[in-house]
Amino acid sequence: MLTLTLILFPLLVAIGLFFIKNERWARNLALAAALIESGIYIAALYTYFNFCHCQLLFRFEWLANYGISLKFGMDGLSMLMTLLTNFLVPVVIYSSFTQKVERASSFYSLIILMQAGLIGVFTAFDGIMFYIFWELTLIPAYFIAAYWGGENRIRITLKFFAYTFSGSLLMLVAIIYLYFHTPLPHSFDHIWLYASNLNPAEQVWVFLAFFLAFAIKIPIFPFHTWQPDTYVTAPYSGSMLLGGLMSKMGLFGMIRWMIPITYPVLNRTDGFFIIFPLIGIVYASLIAIRQDDLKRFVAYTSIAHLGLVAAGAMALNAQAMQGAMIQMVSHGINIVGLFIIIQYIESRTKTTSIAELQGIALKAPRLAVLFMIILLGSIALPLTNGFVGEFLILLGLFKYYWLYAAVAGLTVIFSAVYMLWMYQRVMLGNTNTVTESFTDLSWKEMIPLIAIVIMIFWIGIAPGMFMHLAENGVRQIIGVVR
Amino acid sequence: MNSIISLSVLGVLVLFLGILKKKTWLLPLILVGLVASLMMTLLHWNMNRSLFHNMLIIDNTGVAFSSVLIFSTFLIFLFAARYYRKVIRPLDDIYAIMIFALVGAVLMSYYGNLIMLFIGIETLSIALYVLAGSHKEAITSNEATLKYFLLGSFLSGFLLFGIALLYGSSGSFDLYAIHSYVVDHIQQGLPPMFKAGLFLLIIGLAFKIAIAPFHFWAPDVYEGTPTLLTAFMATVVKTASVVAMYRFFSITFFGIHGVWEMTIAILAGITIVIGNVTGLYQPNLKRMLAYSSISHSGYMMLAMVAFSGRTANALLFYSVAYSIATITAFAILILVREDKGNDYFGSFNGIAKKNRIEAFTLAVAMLSLTGIPPLAGFIGKYFLFAAAIEQGWLWLVIIAIAGSAVSVGYYFKPIIAMYFREDQGTILLSGKPYKAHILFLTLLTILLGFLPFLLSGLI
Repeated sequence: MLTLTLILFPLLVAIGLFFIKNERWARNLALAAALIESGIYIAALYTYFNFCHCQLLFRFEWLANYGISLKFGMDGLSMLMTLLTNFLVPVVIYSSFTQKVERASSFYSLIILMQAGLIGVFTAFDGIMFYIFWELTLIPAYFIAAYWGGENRIRITLKFFAYTFSGSLLMLVAIIYLYFHTPLPHSFDHIWLYASNLNPAEQVWVFLAFFLAFAIKIPIFPFHTWQPDTYVTAPYSGSMLLGGLMSKMGLFGMIRWMIPITYPVLNRTDGFFIIFPLIGIVYASLIAIRQDDLKRFVAYTSIAHLGLVAAGAMALNAQAMQGAMIQMVSHGINIVGLFIIIQYIESRTKTTSIAELQGIALKAPRLAVLFMIILLGSIALPLTNGFVGEFLILLGLFKYYWLYAAVAGLTVIFSAVYMLWMYQRVMLGNTNTVTESFTDLSWKEMIPLIAIVIMIFWIGIAPGMFMHLAENGVRQIIGVVR
Repeated sequence: MNSIISLSVLGVLVLFLGILKKKTWLLPLILVGLVASLMMTLLHWNMNRSLFHNMLIIDNTGVAFSSVLIFSTFLIFLFAARYYRKVIRPLDDIYAIMIFALVGAVLMSYYGNLIMLFIGIETLSIALYVLAGSHKEAITSNEATLKYFLLGSFLSGFLLFGIALLYGSSGSFDLYAIHSYVVDHIQQGLPPMFKAGLFLLIIGLAFKIAIAPFHFWAPDVYEGTPTLLTAFMATVVKTASVVAMYRFFSITFFGIHGVWEMTIAILAGITIVIGNVTGLYQPNLKRMLAYSSISHSGYMMLAMVAFSGRTANALLFYSVAYSIATITAFAILILVREDKGNDYFGSFNGIAKKNRIEAFTLAVAMLSLTGIPPLAGFIGKYFLFAAAIEQGWLWLVIIAIAGSAVSVGYYFKPIIAMYFREDQGTILLSGKPYKAHILFLTLLTILLGFLPFLLSGLI
């Protein structure tokens, strides 16, 4: 029941928020709801650790004669991803309080609706439920980016929607196709889908359908063209949700659905599909180095970092996959931190151009310190959250094929280069006319950043709980793959 | 059967009220009459009998679909008072003709004999020819009726000729008799005369459903017909024609595959491509909805191609989801046309600012038509796609999927206009009851998406 509550509570809150006229009330209620949701999550986590590893299953026959049931549960993977969701959503909501938001009730209603969709995606144990919630997240994401977004939002967000929707539709076909190849009587249950009986040619097609859907969502090179524009045009809260959570849906889908069902394709092709994210790592890193717009910069670093995660997920061994899980959480936390900082910089200087900014550290030491910590997390310095995941991924990739690990290892060097160089240009040096009157962060503004910094160190120094969850989740997947 | 009688009586009563000049009694009487007919139809549930020597077969499929037809008509009549509020003369003639058209539609969902099918189609069509031209002052309405009448009567000839050829080869109009003829002759191959008859019959029905390449009338006729009646055409008429086709195939070819599937599959593929691609280039919502209705006919043909025990269920769910969303869209269209005098997408700019409910309902309708979960339209599409994949029509499903992806391009036009474009300060005068009606329809769309088992699995 806890799992169902986690999905239904935000869904009902979202509907309720939509009708609230008073905007202050709406945003405070949204924050309260997100915090209550986190409380429910902590109860679930507590149950999971102390009473059973029973996955907190909820099951209800939805369309019995079509083999679809409302089956939701929380294993290690779901626990980790819902942890990320329930941590980030309150942070995103709180960080938006410093901005003036038009039609706040609809805005927060959509964010909470998005949260419900994300938790549904991460907890669905039924193929069709996974698809339904997968698409459900797209609606709020689209409306947030298109209504509250910046320049050219209509064209860019329509491209985003059409792109991801087409990818998902092919995945729907693949899921239905799999269903008819599950043992009799057919079922969309994930265990049944894992056991589906496909010949090698069919496996390739199903794999491609899944891969396309997930590659677009993450995004993996060369399906990333929608992403930088969308991140730039979306409002900050939207970019945080897209970069921090929605991209994880694709990676999660890979680990939960694509790999256990079609791993023979990955085996037979000798890691051919890992080449795409690897190209993405180099390509996006090089662009990030030359990038002038801060938001676009973060978008490209995200392609590079998530490319590494995708490569790790597809390496088919326990270390790399576990690393991928941890790194998904870390990346989600770091990218939201970066977006919050850029939001503060833009709200003070009205620009996101690296060339125009200079010497902010002199005026805002608190911002400089917090920025530096988040940056180091992204660079994967030991004792920060990025290190744990990237180390495991590289280790696993090395076991798979040393050359892949070598190329993927470039991301560590590249990210140090582009991140630190960006920091140097934006924060260090003397102030100029744009940054002269830069004010440091208030305590209210620091709260979300401090929460993020705590998470960065928690995962970096004592990753025990996260490792445990990731291990539990990965064990089942690797069990299927062997 | 009861509902056919009660609806006919209702139509006549409406005409009498017109003679007596009791204008205010008209709509209440119609709504009550429709509800009563719906009840009477539902009384036939699980009755399973045939009447007049198999002329009409009362089975659950027929009951379910005629209930849907009556319910859709009921929903459309809910908007009639508002739509015709500026018309002074009593509208008994238009209302009565709509009800007579409904009688034809109900006949088409019960028929067990090709003659009955023809009577049903003609009752429906002749009523529609009149309705299409019922706005006599408007030149577009005249164009619509002329176009529809000329093409429709021509294609009725095809249908009749097809029926004649089927009769010539099998010696009967009765669906079951034709079925046993097919069973006897399928081994040595069906004679060309039978096949020709089948082909002509398919063409005749395809015209009514608006399947490409017999769809050219639809956009012009939809555009010219008064909007309320366009909603009637796009939902009730389409559902009835699809059911008619389903009944024909499901009874005459019961347990037999491989005769007509390829033909329908190709028609479906063409329809989906033409409907969706052409839909992208439409300047206004009404024409766009016409192409939307064409592409949805294509999707519904997926069910015809992939016949199984669950086809009726899939079609029922799909037609309900489609009808509800389409009626909602037309209801908003009526408001905008009244306010702006046209329905170009530009007229929808920024109406979400001051008209939250109207914009929200139209957005949900568009999303449901696109097939986005968790709305009813998605479940309908899922049923169709799953049926087609089960029977191995993967290429057709891929076309349908591509079509759905393209359809985002036009279904999002009104959403983008309403929510993301500059406000023009439009305030649609809809009033409380109207808002309640469209909200009710939207609620149905959402509810059927979340709880599809309410409707699925009945037949």
